Amino acid sequence: MQQVSQTCNGLCRAIPVWVVYLLGFAPFVWLLIQLFTYQLGVDPVKVLEHEFGKVGLQFIVGGIVITPLRNWTGINLLKFRRAIGVLAFFYVLAHLLVWLVLDIQLLWGEILTDIFKRPYITIGMFGFLIMAPLALTSNNTSVKKMGAMSWRKLHKLTYLAAPAAAIHYVMVVKGWQIEPLIYLAIVGVLLIARIKLKQRNRSAARV
Amino acid sequence: MRFKPDLTWADVTPKADFLNRRQLMKGAAAMGIGSIGGATMASANAPASIYSTDEEPNTLEEISSYNNFYEFGTGKDEPAEHAYRLTTSPWTVEIDGLVDNPGMYDLNDILSQVTIEERIYRFRCVEAWSMVVPWNGFELRQLLERVGVQSSAKYVAFETLVRPDEMLWQNYDILEWPYREGLRLDEAMNPLTIMATGLYGEELPKQNGAPMRLVVPWKYGFKSIKSIVKISLTEEEPETSWNMQNAREYGFYSNVNPEVSHPRWSQASERRIGGGFFATRQPTQMFNGYEQYVASMYDGMDLSENF
Repeated sequence: MQQVSQTCNGLCRAIPVWVVYLLGFAPFVWLLIQLFTYQLGVDPVKVLEHEFGKVGLQFIVGGIVITPLRNWTGINLLKFRRAIGVLAFFYVLAHLLVWLVLDIQLLWGEILTDIFKRPYITIGMFGFLIMAPLALTSNNTSVKKMGAMSWRKLHKLTYLAAPAAAIHYVMVVKGWQIEPLIYLAIVGVLLIARIKLKQRNRSAARV
Repeated sequence: MRFKPDLTWADVTPKADFLNRRQLMKGAAAMGIGSIGGATMASANAPASIYSTDEEPNTLEEISSYNNFYEFGTGKDEPAEHAYRLTTSPWTVEIDGLVDNPGMYDLNDILSQVTIEERIYRFRCVEAWSMVVPWNGFELRQLLERVGVQSSAKYVAFETLVRPDEMLWQNYDILEWPYREGLRLDEAMNPLTIMATGLYGEELPKQNGAPMRLVVPWKYGFKSIKSIVKISLTEEEPETSWNMQNAREYGFYSNVNPEVSHPRWSQASERRIGGGFFATRQPTQMFNGYEQYVASMYDGMDLSENF
């Protein structure tokens, strides 16, 4: 195991962060190619809306998996966490924009009712609003300005955004569908892992 | 966009479209499409129904590639991918309950005693999208009259086939199988209510509910139950699948109503499928535009209570 993680960590050191950005934008480009070649079926708006949302959730999971992964396996992907977080926000923003512009089509009456009266949209908007300051402060200048401690505290909000996104997905579908429940379970496990880790660190610090 | 029942037969469908559909039907017949012979198709000489809309129908590809049929997957494109497994012939429908002639009816037998016609209906999904669908089918009341509805019957219950080795998602508890739906007897006897057996003059694609499905155009799409194997006349209001799954969100009536929101989204407007990437939403009509034919059935009822 140690050997595997060392090989991985060696590889990670060799991979520049821009590679992650490049790979991260691949689903976006791929969806646009499919859109312009009429491969998204008869309702491309919904496909884009759902796919952007799902890829966003996948990056959110990717972001919160990094600490438990390092803890469990020794694989350290910390270097890529900012890129993963920024990509997550990019897709969540794209998801929101498709909904606003192409789906509900800026009918503000319906949009505001949806946001305030419909729990799944309330939760989705809540997740987005949490993620926005995190994306805006995902740069070295912000870390310096805010100070590492308060920056870290702010970015702990990820642990609210992740369940919000997963619950939003479970609630948007009709019935109890398997895929959103799997995401919710993964987010749940990762959150519990994170809390356990924190408790252990605390008790270790006391000793 | 308007419903124009006061016009003549020829006004209902633009003549060019009408001819195109006839050609389609002739073509389909020539190719031998349709294992139930011509029975699923409207006669090429039949006049257009007064109940048909003059709106542009969606293409066959749109109608048969964008489906909610959870027995074949929960994605819109999944039924088109998986429904080929369904065996639709032979097909028997059990009719029981408060009828004079209960029994197992072979589909061919049912079709031999009804008049198939074309009905171009708006179809409004509870998810706030819509299509225009040129169904071929017969009025449900023809079948009900044949089996003899007893005077104590107040409701009609329907069930979809349960066959988990062909309908693979029935192996999961997405809904409680079989899928079931129901109508009040007067709704079932309304001339708008049809059993559809075809689409565009061809046999109904399996993902659209072959070989026989209900179509109730003034109600949300999930009421229009697919691949029916059982019809029961009952005195009590029957259980219906989405109502069983979530009674707060899906009522027994589920009439299209722009003023009564679904708890999770507004029903005030809808997206017409096939309108292109930037197609604008359109306002949803009361009873999906069929108000004049159905509104009187709900006189005195609070539609936001009985949603």
